[in-house]
Amino acid sequence: MELYRLGISELKELLDKKEVSPKEVLDSLFKRIDAVEDKVKAFVTVTRDKAYEMAAKNTDGVLSGIPLAIKDNICTKGIRTTCSSKILENFIPPYESTVTSRLLEAGYVLVGKTNLDEFAMGSSTENSGFFPTRNPWDLERIPGGSSGGSAAAVAADECIGALGSDTGGSIRQPASLCGVVGLKPTYGRVSRYGLVAFASSLDQIGTITKSVKDAALLMNVISGHDPLDSTSAPVAAPDFTEVLSKDIKGIKIGVPKEYFIEGMDKEVESAVKDAIKTLESLGAIPVEVSLPHTGYAIATYYILATSEASSNLARYDGVKYGFRAEGKDLIDMYMQTRAKGFGSEVKRRIMLGTYALSAGYYEAYYKKAQQVRTLIKKDFEEAFKQVDIIATPTAPEAAFRFGEKTDDPLKMYLSDIFTISVNLAGVPGISVPCGFTSNNLPVGLQLIGKHFDEATILNVAHAYEQSTEWHRRKPEL
Amino acid sequence: MKKYEAIIGLEVHAQMLTDTKIFCGCSTKFGSEPNTQTCPVCTGMPGVLPVLNRKALEFAIRTGLAMNCKIAPYSRFARKNYFYPDLPKGYQISQYELPICEHGYIEIVVDGEKKRIGITRIHMEEDAGKNIHEGDHSLVDLNRTGVPLMEIVSEPDIRSPKEAVEYMKKLRTILRYIGVCDGNMEQGSLRCDANVSVRPVGQEEFGTKVEVKNINSFKFVERALDYEIKRQIKVLEEGGTLVQETRLWDSGAGVTLSMRTKEEAHDYRYFPEPDLVPVTVDEKWTEDIRATLPELPDAKRERFISEYGLPEYDADLLTSERALADWYEEAVKSGGQPKAVSNWMMGELMRLLNEANASIEDCPVKPAQLAGMLKLIDKGTISGKIAKTVFEEMYKTGKDAETIVNEKGLVQITDENAILKTVDEVLASNPKEVERYKNGEEKLIGFFVGQVMKLTKGKANPKAVNELLRKRLKEQ
Ligand SMILES: [Zn+2]
Repeated sequence: MELYRLGISELKELLDKKEVSPKEVLDSLFKRIDAVEDKVKAFVTVTRDKAYEMAAKNTDGVLSGIPLAIKDNICTKGIRTTCSSKILENFIPPYESTVTSRLLEAGYVLVGKTNLDEFAMGSSTENSGFFPTRNPWDLERIPGGSSGGSAAAVAADECIGALGSDTGGSIRQPASLCGVVGLKPTYGRVSRYGLVAFASSLDQIGTITKSVKDAALLMNVISGHDPLDSTSAPVAAPDFTEVLSKDIKGIKIGVPKEYFIEGMDKEVESAVKDAIKTLESLGAIPVEVSLPHTGYAIATYYILATSEASSNLARYDGVKYGFRAEGKDLIDMYMQTRAKGFGSEVKRRIMLGTYALSAGYYEAYYKKAQQVRTLIKKDFEEAFKQVDIIATPTAPEAAFRFGEKTDDPLKMYLSDIFTISVNLAGVPGISVPCGFTSNNLPVGLQLIGKHFDEATILNVAHAYEQSTEWHRRKPEL
Repeated sequence: MKKYEAIIGLEVHAQMLTDTKIFCGCSTKFGSEPNTQTCPVCTGMPGVLPVLNRKALEFAIRTGLAMNCKIAPYSRFARKNYFYPDLPKGYQISQYELPICEHGYIEIVVDGEKKRIGITRIHMEEDAGKNIHEGDHSLVDLNRTGVPLMEIVSEPDIRSPKEAVEYMKKLRTILRYIGVCDGNMEQGSLRCDANVSVRPVGQEEFGTKVEVKNINSFKFVERALDYEIKRQIKVLEEGGTLVQETRLWDSGAGVTLSMRTKEEAHDYRYFPEPDLVPVTVDEKWTEDIRATLPELPDAKRERFISEYGLPEYDADLLTSERALADWYEEAVKSGGQPKAVSNWMMGELMRLLNEANASIEDCPVKPAQLAGMLKLIDKGTISGKIAKTVFEEMYKTGKDAETIVNEKGLVQITDENAILKTVDEVLASNPKEVERYKNGEEKLIGFFVGQVMKLTKGKANPKAVNELLRKRLKEQ
């Protein structure tokens, strides 16, 4: 078997036993990238030279020699970090994000920076300021987003694993659409220092991997309090690999009735229902639960996320770094820079958020949305009094075609209908492959856990994965 | 003509004396090369996050306690959004809905009357940078960006420019006492905006409020407010109406100029800062901080009056600076008579410090040295007049009074025979004056004393000279 096909844990075993060298791994991987990247377009920047340089350093870290891809909104010192935006096209951070610092300490090898919807705003990677990424399962279709580059790179075996970021589903939805494992940890579990902010109270860095075990391995490295991020929680992280093989007998799985509704995609519905049956056969107990405020989630999210974004993106003004357009005076320079530097979806969201925060509208929009957010959080707290985890589809449908939803932002926003509440509540969620449509497109099962209880969803996801074969299927490229 | 009264509230920005900035580890030192005290956090690079400096929080609590405020157990930061090149993030992190301190007051004395001025709130925020305009372009210096500030907002309790000045002085004194701000208005570490309105005396409701910005020096507080109050009264007297607006104090022209009206006011789109967790302060920490507060100026002033028997004027002046008060007490502790120490400090010492543009901290004379000199006066070793010369020498050289007196041979001549010899000399060489004295021109005694002192180079004991002169003149 080709080395590039392997996941982190399998490759780690070979490297640890010195059966292969980091250089051989990279040779294999870059051969793969050379062969398929033109079709997939997962990367904004491929860091080939840097990768060989990093691989040459022999470390005894847990990820020594493991090639990973990093979403291009996570800052890497000395390496261009663009957020797939023209406004940051040539931005080279003079600092390292906390997650990549921790990966560096663990000895990882950076393969490249992956494509995304500009500033992580989107569900298809079509909003990239540079080019869209294609779904390895069907090059005519989108890979999901915003971490579409990372998900496609993992699915196409262009890297061994990857990091993404998830504000409303940006890890789980592309993982689902690309047939890989995507984990969004609890808000505060992983430091956001160095993650270019979209919506600070919702953003969370997480993993995109070929297996649940790989997600646990990466989580062991990136989790934990960071003094540089006051919103990272001072909560000790367990060894996530140790809990994977626990028996799931007796675990109560909540099935929210609001997530299985009339008119939903039949193939997705049956794949997810089959998955819940499989879990039942492993000893888990399905219980119907209710998350009554689910219907308000999208509206709430698009007010809060855009409000924060309108402020977070104010710094891209052409004064200090990044793209600057010439103007006849200061105001004109600001306007030209932002008009030319940002894409249309980013501008749409900045305007939405600016409006929601404006005097006279703040109470009706932002404040109200905060109140609804509290209710959504309470929905989960109530449900978790009855059950250990919650199971839902990750996305309402499998990968769609390019351009199918670009004309209708609302339709596009519905792609995150099952993932958004998880961000609003701040709880962890994982997407694992649970079947394929008749078009041979992957479907994902989302498992949602209690605050800081990634361990249980990883445990159940692992048990499910071990009793199914979906994750072993590979796209033909 | 109707009588009007002014309603004034002040918003004072005080730069905190922390070593590092409020949300990053950069130095707050003043006057360094542009952009040398910056990092990714305070220059607003993508993806970086603020972390609250605990010292800044402690200083804000300290200030709140010294100004009798309630310390909020739960407060939070917000973002104030606006675009400007010296604001790298496009928003300023400040406290808005929930400030750290509220409901306090300080006391001022105006024309001998005590008056309490309410403190509405004290909140923490970060400073902006500085734009430097050069010909057709501008440069930005971000050294000051992120330096911690406190905004201290008063109630509209101030009724005259004079009260405003007293309030500013008291505020500055307290801030300096508790060591949270150096109070230097010229360097911008203390800045003042004022809300001013006028109303006919007896009217309940407030008049139209005008905000006056850019009052950046003590002497302008009174002048700017004076101008603005007169301007408003004039508008009303001429039958006009005032508009709610922001005006800028132009210190060169001595006028306030309209900057923007209410309609043109910015919408800052405040919302809670999601990058910082709410600030929680437990009671124990508050009490720990309270325990480290020094004796505050009002208490010290009262004590100086009761303990040292000082007049109010002396007590006021000596307690206006903590270092001055400490210096005073040290001198008294070293044996100086309280009122004498006060006189010497307010007289010679202040004069010499002012001449050298120095502060008490740099004073070359130590408190014990002043006390030592006062002892020499008491013992009659030197006269009060000689003491002035001695003190100047002490200031110049840092030497003890005794050393200087010995080195320069300034010991007072108290030996009657020695003085008598000079007295006789003077009388003998001024027969005309002696004659006039005898004919009733008794004020000529001063002339004879002066002559004796001149011949003895001021070392003769003046009291003895006086007595001996009168005695001899009577005998003649
Ligand atoms: Zn800094």
